[in-house]
Amino acid sequence: MHETALSLPVVLPEAVLALGTLLLVLYGALRGERAYSVVTEISVALLGIVFLIVVWKSRPMGITFYGAFADDPFTRFMSGLAVIGSLVTLLLSLDFMRSERIAGFEFPVLILLSTLGMLMLISANDFIALYLGLELMSLALYVIAAYRRHDLRATEAGLKYFVLGALSSGMLLYGASLIYGYSGSVNFNDVATAVHDHRSMGVLFGLVFVLSGLAFKISAVPFHMWTPDVYEGAPTPVTTFFASAPKIAAMAVLVRVAFTAFPGIAGDWRQILTFVSIASMALGAFAAIGQTNIKRLMAYSSIGHMGFALVGLAAGTVEGAQSVIVYMSIYVIMTLGTFAAILSMRRDGKAVETIADLAGLARTDSLMAFFLATMMFSLAGVPPLAGFFAKFYVFAAAIKADLYGLAIIGVLASAVGAYYYLRIVKLMYFDEPVRPFDRPDVIARSVLAVAATLVIVFLFAPSLLTNAAMAAAQTLF
Amino acid sequence: MDLSAYLTLAAIVFTIGIAGIILNHKNIIIILMSVELILLAVNINLVAFSTFAGDLTGQAFALFVLTVAAAEAAIGLAILVAYYRNRGSIAVEDINALKG
Repeated sequence: MHETALSLPVVLPEAVLALGTLLLVLYGALRGERAYSVVTEISVALLGIVFLIVVWKSRPMGITFYGAFADDPFTRFMSGLAVIGSLVTLLLSLDFMRSERIAGFEFPVLILLSTLGMLMLISANDFIALYLGLELMSLALYVIAAYRRHDLRATEAGLKYFVLGALSSGMLLYGASLIYGYSGSVNFNDVATAVHDHRSMGVLFGLVFVLSGLAFKISAVPFHMWTPDVYEGAPTPVTTFFASAPKIAAMAVLVRVAFTAFPGIAGDWRQILTFVSIASMALGAFAAIGQTNIKRLMAYSSIGHMGFALVGLAAGTVEGAQSVIVYMSIYVIMTLGTFAAILSMRRDGKAVETIADLAGLARTDSLMAFFLATMMFSLAGVPPLAGFFAKFYVFAAAIKADLYGLAIIGVLASAVGAYYYLRIVKLMYFDEPVRPFDRPDVIARSVLAVAATLVIVFLFAPSLLTNAAMAAAQTLF
Repeated sequence: MDLSAYLTLAAIVFTIGIAGIILNHKNIIIILMSVELILLAVNINLVAFSTFAGDLTGQAFALFVLTVAAAEAAIGLAILVAYYRNRGSIAVEDINALKG
């Protein structure tokens, strides 16, 4: 690929986002608390502009900043997806933050900073850039987890996330230092060349540490402990954010590290990822069964989904990489739709979060019940919805790579997991109704409707997504 | 001295840091100190590798790590203060509002 020392057009999205965020901080600091609405609206517009710049076709691609920063079709696809996740989260947060009286301009600014970290992370091409992007993303996430700072549960969620997050970035760094020492470089391509010639124990240890650090960020077993607590304790818009954009960024960098830095020892990381994937799918399927809080249930659901996405990565082929990208795209749509529904669960002006609150929703609000049921069927992987195809692609990739055991375990886990999604559908359609929810927010309702529509119509044009994902995946090989 | 002495030292410091996080049941401040130990172990590694290989990248990396570690400690302490105001305690065994 075309390599330059310094090239501004290549980093245009990051530059625009960084500059815009700093201006918004300044504006917010001058205006004080009243600035919330304006700052949020400008942030949404800014993310919209950044999205357009990211997908702008005639912008030059290449590797720049002396090999630290790679802009290729893979970067563009995943960055676009992460920006959409942040943008929709901000839209969904407007109503919630106002009615819970925690509206401050810091919230959109922190979301923007975190998104900037994600963009840097997705395009990182050496371990220094990876670390800086990851930390910029995580430091902002620690703060917004504890954003409702007078609430015990939110601050506890923030504290737990911080401690475990700091531990995981420490492990990732230790791994990066070992890889640097034993391969002689921090650049992914140079590491690949060095590791291809001779594979030392040091590099292997480093790889394990780096994979554990990244597994923490995508909340894969055995580094998932923080997920249920943080999802439950944090305010719902924050949970929405945690479940969508950072997962995409972390999965993207995991895919990039695996394929561009360590193609020479693919056999080793495929074994590790197979184990992580099986453990995540199993835990996601079984631990969610007894949950009563819907945010906690979605935490286990996301652990399971990360396991399914890793099936594609464990395959280690170009089809595998493509299936991970497709899986993450469909996952983010389903997650944003489901959380739009959870954000509409309000009674007498207060947010309710238990699954029992959804009982009989079909009779009190049939439209929302239908949309949410669509999301649940899709998350469960029922054909012909998008969630089924997402699973189909990863399992097909695993079978092509002769990972029959992994594919069989995956199908079984998804059958067990279907139980708790379908239980919610049963609750909505066949149980006695409780009191109806408040009138839903227009934005949340439209996000839910759009997500449900996308999940249904995916059947008619899957090639739109799969072709783009293939083009993105091929740049890694 | 040879490289392996430095690497052993870093590995020991790293292990102490991890053990401090996992085994400690008293105080969250100790966890924050353990996190710093882990990052220091990384820096020892980076600087040792960098010196022995005659390549400056590792030392630049160590400077970045130092900077980010400072920001991380600041945010950790801020969250800890907010938590203490709500809970009135920073003992590890009292962090139990969220379970399941």
